[in-house]
Amino acid sequence: MSAPGLEIRGLIKRFGGLVAVSRFDLTVAPGEIVGLIGPNGAGKTTVFHVVAGFYPPTEGAIAFEGTSLVGLKPHAICRLGLARTFQLVQPFAGLTTLENVMVGAFNRAPDVGAARRRAAEIVEFVGLGPRRDVPARHLTLPDRKRLEVARGLATEPRLLLLDEVMSGLNPTEIEAIIGLIRRIHARGVSLLVIEHVMRAILALSHRLVVLHHGEKIAEGPPATVARDPLVIEAYLGESGEAAAR
Amino acid sequence: MTLLALRAVEVAYGDLPALTAVDLVIEAGEILSVVGANGAGKTTMLRAISGLLRPRAGEILLDGVRLDRLPSHAVVERGVVQVPEGRKIFPSLTVLENLELGSYVRAARAHRRESLERVLALFPILAERRGQAAGNMSGGQQQMLAIGRALMARPRLLMLDEPSLGLAPKIVQEIFRIIGEINRAGTTVLLVEQNTRQALALAGRGYVLENGRVVLSGAGRDLLDNEHVQRAYLGM
Repeated sequence: MSAPGLEIRGLIKRFGGLVAVSRFDLTVAPGEIVGLIGPNGAGKTTVFHVVAGFYPPTEGAIAFEGTSLVGLKPHAICRLGLARTFQLVQPFAGLTTLENVMVGAFNRAPDVGAARRRAAEIVEFVGLGPRRDVPARHLTLPDRKRLEVARGLATEPRLLLLDEVMSGLNPTEIEAIIGLIRRIHARGVSLLVIEHVMRAILALSHRLVVLHHGEKIAEGPPATVARDPLVIEAYLGESGEAAAR
Repeated sequence: MTLLALRAVEVAYGDLPALTAVDLVIEAGEILSVVGANGAGKTTMLRAISGLLRPRAGEILLDGVRLDRLPSHAVVERGVVQVPEGRKIFPSLTVLENLELGSYVRAARAHRRESLERVLALFPILAERRGQAAGNMSGGQQQMLAIGRALMARPRLLMLDEPSLGLAPKIVQEIFRIIGEINRAGTTVLLVEQNTRQALALAGRGYVLENGRVVLSGAGRDLLDNEHVQRAYLGM
């Protein structure tokens, strides 16, 4: 039996009277790419926040490789091998690309030299080699999205949570990010991906999970989920369903 | 009839050129889409038209009259109104207060009541939520509010900067449908989008910007069929 990856059971997250996530179950097996989709405000990013330790769950169990994450701080969860990116990328504007990635590399690197070597490798891997010594504030949006992925990757995760790394990119820029995500997966990293770009999420995911008003309304193979009437009604719309085919 | 024209417009940030010799024409009554990679100069162009950036050279004409030396509030007075990328609504104000601020300019203030009626009819969700703090609404609702606020200024030219950003597919369709409706009711629309496919499908005409220059223009449908556009912007 292979080691379990991420396991979420009966997750509830309330903010005051608002139930953001309700009795939510999700697993990501080692080697899997799972897509998490749903309307704006459905609770997708809240799931990321809770899994990564930014908020405690109101109820429920979350475990990674058999270790409970409930009550752990974000840095401790990152040390266990679970990293996330943010929807609004906020690199250290005055630091170079390489220096930004080094910040992530210190999660495991024992000293500055090791962090620099690790970061240099990642910067090349994500295709930012030519921009490595440029301050992050001078990077274009697609490059800042790559940097965000690189910072997560530098922590050497076995599971990476990606939060809308394609938003604001045009279809050709999106194709390039799809290629990057496939190469990350080929390195042995599992992925949980939030994305509104249907072509991309359908192409990448082994399995799709759909959230609506904090509840799971569908789960399964991408092609099946994209034809689910509930999902079309809540999320895709008629022409979105057509575009997804 | 030409509503707005850019003639050899140059804009730079310090030494860094952002727009170079841009010629562009918007005909009254049309939907014009401007597409291009991130950093191509699309938002810069909107900001120059809005008077938020000063061109270093060239001119911007509305009905043949220079617009590019006016402060941005005077540009709004003349009916050229921008919906900024990322919506930029006032989160702590109510939906209604956000809309009222849109009609702050003198020309629009007198028509506030009828503008409000029109906006609330176009976006019923804003009527439902009129007393709610705008920051508590979903991304799609906030985008509708940002468009509604711009309509309160009674624009002749409505400029939209990435209205589909971060929105679910169904909401994107809804926003594009409403943009078409606003246009059919008589407002000229300048649309800047990364969502190249839907933007060019909606628009009568389109321009492609690359590194601050116009490299292609034509009917939206022709641009969708253009091999360069397909390779560079549609991921085909």
